[in-house]
Amino acid sequence: MSKVLIIAEHDGAALNLSTAKCVACASELPDAEISVGVFAENGEALAAEAATLAGVSQVIRVDNAANANLLAAMLAPQITALADGYSHIFGPSTTFGKDLMPRVAALLGVNQISDVMTVLGSHSFKRPTYAGNAIVTVEAPADKTVVATVRNASYRAVAADGSAAVETTSVDAELPDHTRFVELKAGKSDRPDLQTATTVVSGGRALGSAEKFEIIYKLADAMSAGVGASRAAVDAGYVPNEMQVGQTGKIIAPDLYVAIGISGAIQHLTGIKDAGTIVAINKDADAPIFEVADIGLVGDLFSIVPELEAAISQ
Amino acid sequence: MEKILVGLKRVVDSNIRVRVKSDGSGVETEGVKMSINPFDEIALEEALRIRERGDASEVIVVSIGGTETQQQLRTGLAMGADRAIQVEIDHAADPLTCARILLALVNKENPGLVMLGKQAIDNDNNQTGQMLAALWARPQATFASAVVIEGTAVTVTREVDMGLETIEVDLPAVVTTDLRLNEPRYVKLPDIMKAKKKPLEQIPFADLDVEVATEIKETNFEPPLERQRGVIVDDVAGLVAALKDKGLL
Ligand SMILES: Cc1cc2nc3c(=O)[nH]c(=O)nc-3n(C[C@H](O)[C@H](O)[C@H](O)COP(=O)(O)OP(=O)(O)OC[C@H]3O[C@@H](n4cnc5c(N)ncnc54)[C@H](O)[C@@H]3O)c2cc1C
Repeated sequence: MSKVLIIAEHDGAALNLSTAKCVACASELPDAEISVGVFAENGEALAAEAATLAGVSQVIRVDNAANANLLAAMLAPQITALADGYSHIFGPSTTFGKDLMPRVAALLGVNQISDVMTVLGSHSFKRPTYAGNAIVTVEAPADKTVVATVRNASYRAVAADGSAAVETTSVDAELPDHTRFVELKAGKSDRPDLQTATTVVSGGRALGSAEKFEIIYKLADAMSAGVGASRAAVDAGYVPNEMQVGQTGKIIAPDLYVAIGISGAIQHLTGIKDAGTIVAINKDADAPIFEVADIGLVGDLFSIVPELEAAISQ
Repeated sequence: MEKILVGLKRVVDSNIRVRVKSDGSGVETEGVKMSINPFDEIALEEALRIRERGDASEVIVVSIGGTETQQQLRTGLAMGADRAIQVEIDHAADPLTCARILLALVNKENPGLVMLGKQAIDNDNNQTGQMLAALWARPQATFASAVVIEGTAVTVTREVDMGLETIEVDLPAVVTTDLRLNEPRYVKLPDIMKAKKKPLEQIPFADLDVEVATEIKETNFEPPLERQRGVIVDDVAGLVAALKDKGLL
């Protein structure tokens, strides 16, 4: 049997969708019995939400003032204190999980499996390497805890129709005082979240400025889409960092991805491989993005995008 | 602080599109251009800037691997590092073993800061810095896009999914770097000549008394499913029609 502990990601008010995706991944383990650990300042509502995730049998709620900002240095000792008896400890492959899970793995004396995309067995998985240009089959040692992060774009969130038991507990762990949260500057947006939107419109370096990037937002709004960007557009300051799609940004899997003025570098393509349909708009007919685009349109984005927006808004 | 320790990993250059070997044993690296992992180069650049501002006096670059990694260490010295350490090991080391090796060096050198790239672009693991911080029982500030030393602490802005998070951690600490932290300097020819004279110490892995971690075995490599080139439409009307056809509009 696989006894799995999933570390919930949340913002204090609601669970991040990545938690339900971790549950989906864990459900593929043979004979999985799944617990979700909710570490928060006050996790009552969060634990209740986790209890509804289909396939979860138990929610473990750990309230602590030190859990207000989910710092890895605070969480890792609490998680390791709970680890006994679990064969697997999973977290999401988001910046939260990427920061936290290796610290947990090291405290448990094991290597981590990063970015699980397929479960082949209790200790056997597939994961991407080399910016997604090679898929590796990995075998974790059978006699040790499996610590892994789950690649979000490979899984669909489980339904919220379950009713697991919630157990409130406190853990005996010494927490450090060497790490202090200062602030989080979160981009406020009414647009669909980049990581869960069914349609995403992205702009690249070709946009030329933050002002000119507005046409991307307008098109996105006409399509009820989330907005993304290439690294070049972020580096140039047209848009904030949380909008970057790719190897070192977000890996996304929308039904429709529209790449505008983006050349299609391997590092960008890694982030969109799982998209349903890719549309590319680029003035260079030889741009690599056309090698992966299902629908391509060659031309000047500054005339095409407003025209497309008008056509869709009709 | 006195010393900053910087990790440099030798990886396939980021401009190379790697190919999986037909027997599934790995990726083709024969004759392929190798470079310093881009994130590590950024870590080194930041360390040099900290030293140049007077907040540190020595920058030490470390690489774990065979003789070939000396190339990357020499480049690091040419960029401006003061000295280099090659931990000689003849097999690829897993992240936990690397973290243990770095810890052994930390115990020897007592750096105020260890700077590493957030991930290596070959295996994309994103683990070593966090693991070192855990084993060292010190703070970690991962995915840094700004690093400000303030006496005995460092304030780090981190690129996270929600936006930018700022944390303050006490020194010594581990910082892992993101791409927007800085733009690494170019190495000039005279610096390459000068770098040849800088000290490069070789430490056999066996001398460090480090236990090799149980590795995660990589049993097979395969190419990803390739997407197919689709259709090119002539104009916006054609694009709208194609999207409607697929039920996407
Ligand atoms: C370690 C590493 C990690 C990286 N991680 C990422 C990542 O996560 N995400 C990412 O995106 N990149 C990443 N990159 C960068 C990547 O290699 C590319 O540099 C980047 O994606 C290029 O962005 P771009 O396509 O917007 O710009 P460019 O490559 O400059 O492309 C601009 C495109 O716009 C087209 N164009 C110009 N004007 C017009 C016009 N008027 N109308 C229509 N088309 C026009 C051009 O033909 C061109 O194809 C990474 C690189 C490294 C080394």
